[in-house]
Amino acid sequence: METYYDPADLKKFGNISEYQKELADKFFSYYGAVFAEGALTAREKSLIALAVAHTVQCAYCIDAYTNDTLEKGCTEEQMMEAVHVAAAIRGGSSLVHSVQMMNKVKQVSM
Amino acid sequence: MKSLKASGHPFAHAATQIELLEKQAATQPRPTFRSKLQSADLFPLRPAGLDVLQINVGKMCNQVCKHCHVDAGPDRKEIMTRETMQHCLDVLAKTTIPTVDLTGGAPEMNPDFRWFVEEIRKLGRHVMVRCNLTIIVANPKYNDLPDFFRQHQVDVVSSLPFYNADKTDRQRGQGVFQDSVKALRLLNAVGYGQPGSGLTLNLVYNPAGAFMPGPQASLEQQFKRVLLSEFEIVFNSLFAITNIPISRYLDYLVASGNYDNYMDKLVTAFNPAAATGAMCRTMISVGWDGQLYDCDFNQMLDMPLRAPGRHIRDFNADELMQRTIAVNEHCFGCTAGAGSSCGGTTA
Repeated sequence: METYYDPADLKKFGNISEYQKELADKFFSYYGAVFAEGALTAREKSLIALAVAHTVQCAYCIDAYTNDTLEKGCTEEQMMEAVHVAAAIRGGSSLVHSVQMMNKVKQVSM
Repeated sequence: MKSLKASGHPFAHAATQIELLEKQAATQPRPTFRSKLQSADLFPLRPAGLDVLQINVGKMCNQVCKHCHVDAGPDRKEIMTRETMQHCLDVLAKTTIPTVDLTGGAPEMNPDFRWFVEEIRKLGRHVMVRCNLTIIVANPKYNDLPDFFRQHQVDVVSSLPFYNADKTDRQRGQGVFQDSVKALRLLNAVGYGQPGSGLTLNLVYNPAGAFMPGPQASLEQQFKRVLLSEFEIVFNSLFAITNIPISRYLDYLVASGNYDNYMDKLVTAFNPAAATGAMCRTMISVGWDGQLYDCDFNQMLDMPLRAPGRHIRDFNADELMQRTIAVNEHCFGCTAGAGSSCGGTTA
């Protein structure tokens, strides 16, 4: 069955430089620098990326950072906790906006 | 769980494994190992020295690990005889090979293991033993192994695929982590891994699945922190090893549908520096029956060494240094990323 997502496309990410090399080079250089060891370890950054991947619901990113966190020695428990952080922020983001709803209710109600 | 051999699995035959490795390489749009070596100006691969004699003293083991490249287990009866060991000692006596790496199976299950270690040490050679840890607590007759290792100043190199029971037991069998912890504490108790003791205890990490190992230094840090805080265990270094796609690990890759993706990862991560530092360039592997190979993996694939003398009794160092090293698609496992060898990363 034909689908929009093909797992094999993940390996072709670098091909984006075919249509705009300069910007792609800058992006991949920046990308590499972001994930290098720094004030945060590469392992911590990988767990953050895994959580963000679930927030943006990018199938490529989930594939890539599931592998990457495993390679960096993360446990399944740590990986799931990272996804729960993403879920908590997403859920919390909805719920905290309910204060606006409550404000509006109070504003327009007798 | 039985060995592939005992269960009559097609991969018990080296030829079937090689056929799959070569057929896949021919049909998939990825370069062959030979072509990658050629592009790095490293083909044919040649020896760079002779630092290690790695001796497989038998395929018998008390464990049946899912990734084992030897297809070792309690049902394997292939064991090196004392006569073949004597041939190895003769070779050591007439050469200056500094290190002997004893492997198996569980090498300690060979009835002549202790005699062999003593004789090698008499020749003044550095000995390392690939101890699976659980053998130390498997039977009372093995309980004194830590003390035996200490007496003979043997380096202990032990597999521990993760610092928790879940991942370790999934790969090495139920209860292996718990027994490994007991054995590590016994090794620590006689001084192994303790600062200043001079007794080296190195651990080997290999991924419990179809992925590559991450940076060795970072993994070592994690292992040291957790093993110390949760189990009061200390060790010297962690070797991060890539699983090589042969034998039981090959079976796992094929059965789980991960083979092509895994090979793609290894090929994409080919690193000429890791190929330059590949362990086969500085070692000779001896099989339980005395046959010589370029490495333990070639040994399990029955890939003969390319020199006139192919048995330990016909060992000729000069001829061996002139040989070309036999390679195939499984070699991508040693040349990916930071490289992989029996001593960890190579690049």
